[in-house]
Amino acid sequence: MRTSTLLKIATQSILKNKMRTFLTMLGIVIGVAAVIVMVAIGYGAQESIQKQIGSLGTNMIIVMPGASTAGGVNQGAATFNRLTPADYEKLHRESLMLNAVSPVVFTQAQAISGSGNWRTRIQGVSTDYQTIRDWPVDQGTFFTEADLRSARKVAVLGTTVAKSLFPNDDPIGQQMQIRDVPFTVMGVLRSKGQNAGGQDADDIIIVPFTTAQTRLSGRQRVNQIIGSTSSPQDVPAAQEEIRSIMRESHKLGDGDDDDFTIRTQDEIAAAASSTTKVMTLLLAAIASISLLVGGIGIMNIMLVSVTERTREIGIRMAIGARGSDVLTQFLVESVAISVLGGLIGVAIGFGGAAIVGHVTGWTTATPPQAVAIAVAFSAAVGVFFGFYPARQAASLNPIQALRYE
Amino acid sequence: MNIPATDAPDVIRVEGVTKVYHMGSQTVHALRGVDLRVKRGEMIAVMGHSGSGKSTLMNMLGCLDVPTSGDYYLDGVRVNGLSRNQLADLRNQKLGFVFQGFNLLARTSALENVELPLLYDRSGTKRDTRALAQHSLERVGLGQRVDHHPSELSGGQQQRVAIARALVTAPTVLLADEPTGNLDSRTSIEIMALFQELNEEGVTILIVTHEPDIACYAKRLVEVRDGRILRDEPVKDRRIASEDLKTLVAEPA
Repeated sequence: MRTSTLLKIATQSILKNKMRTFLTMLGIVIGVAAVIVMVAIGYGAQESIQKQIGSLGTNMIIVMPGASTAGGVNQGAATFNRLTPADYEKLHRESLMLNAVSPVVFTQAQAISGSGNWRTRIQGVSTDYQTIRDWPVDQGTFFTEADLRSARKVAVLGTTVAKSLFPNDDPIGQQMQIRDVPFTVMGVLRSKGQNAGGQDADDIIIVPFTTAQTRLSGRQRVNQIIGSTSSPQDVPAAQEEIRSIMRESHKLGDGDDDDFTIRTQDEIAAAASSTTKVMTLLLAAIASISLLVGGIGIMNIMLVSVTERTREIGIRMAIGARGSDVLTQFLVESVAISVLGGLIGVAIGFGGAAIVGHVTGWTTATPPQAVAIAVAFSAAVGVFFGFYPARQAASLNPIQALRYE
Repeated sequence: MNIPATDAPDVIRVEGVTKVYHMGSQTVHALRGVDLRVKRGEMIAVMGHSGSGKSTLMNMLGCLDVPTSGDYYLDGVRVNGLSRNQLADLRNQKLGFVFQGFNLLARTSALENVELPLLYDRSGTKRDTRALAQHSLERVGLGQRVDHHPSELSGGQQQRVAIARALVTAPTVLLADEPTGNLDSRTSIEIMALFQELNEEGVTILIVTHEPDIACYAKRLVEVRDGRILRDEPVKDRRIASEDLKTLVAEPA
């Protein structure tokens, strides 16, 4: 039998019982729509987490002092504190891959203002820090190259520090003291909330690293050098470049191990994305159950339909339909119902995802392959759940089928 | 289809056919050794009471059932021993069925009903199925009603559609099972007139009936009782349906 004839027979039979077909289809529609919405929420979560990690700086590369291993024995990081401003300057001058690079000098101290005091982390950095951390200033300004060169006593505050030290006043231009050194507040950073480690990222004071070295830590060494590339794809190449510049800077011979460690945020990003992938899969699996229930609905209706149309099957067999012809006819019918339901489900799923996104403010994203998978899956449901009733029909005895009232 | 052929001249040759049904613990001998030969161009009435075995014989001749023992050759093809699919193909190519209840597909036009057997054809010959169906409907006098659905047709017209469907494949034998059972007497005679006309054109027809009034339009009468053929003889005083119709017209309806 020709495909067009089969499709025509299926269409006729589907249209014959519009209400019943609609209700049968509804199971598949709801199933597919649920899968699409759940996948959209999962993918949305994945995308927004990726974006957050991106804002932490997925492109960020951290150079830390100390070799992770030396002669096969793990020495632990920071065994030798051998990062200097000279290393930073060499990277700054020679690196082609990095679009920004900054030394980081860490210290902890009590900050005191006229109206409060607060113990916090203090980081001495260069002007590139803003680019590397993708962290703009909300009020006031960041310090400049000139401030850096002349080691001026200026500070940029995180919002937590700003609120603690200047609860009632505009902090810009105010005076404060760190270890008895007077600083002028130049700006307040935009709030970042918790960082990846669960700490309050806004509990921080940023000062020029030159000032930090001379006025606060009193040491020449720097704790870290951080840098970033313009795109995440450049990170591995940049890592190699940093390594060779650093080895040169530290005058390491061919046989010597690195006396520094280079870290990227790739691992964090990978862990986070695998978590959301599992979540997406879980949501889709739960939604698939409704698709399964829809499939059972199809099987139920097809069985009823086979019983109802026993006589028709008998007629078809009497005039020469083979069992396989009858089987195909009923399979085409159940697949047509499920695929049509699947397509409607995709449309409703897209709408539903948009509504969920709008109402909850979550990011939702539907990958195009999800549509293809949903439709293919609903067709598979049609074949799977349609097969048993179709086989029942095909194995009918024509004599009994013709006599059926 | 690969069906071995013998060079038998008969279109139907049944030799010592028996059929035994097992219904639970009961054994029913529906046919107890039937011999029957039908030549091309015959018009036979098979008569018998219910339970005589005539329905079983009809199913067997219609390749819907296979005998328990004995041989059945249809147009030279040995039917017993064929698979389900081969039987389906044989029904499609060599047989035309007309039933008591018309058995048309509802919500399907007359033309599409008649076209249906051609759509199940597997011989691979390319034919204009629409044109053949149209021609077949014209042959039974329904050329003007091809787009009507069964529900829009009278009983007699529905049976004509069924006959057109049976004829469309140019079958070797046309099998009619109580074709007038659901029709009034006038329409019954009209249908018999159509059968006689088709028979004149060379179609071999086998009609199962329990009404002697219908059987008298056939050329040969076969009576079945208790699973055996009781009588097999030419019809005495054969009636011509078209002439009977003229008499009916003369009388008030």
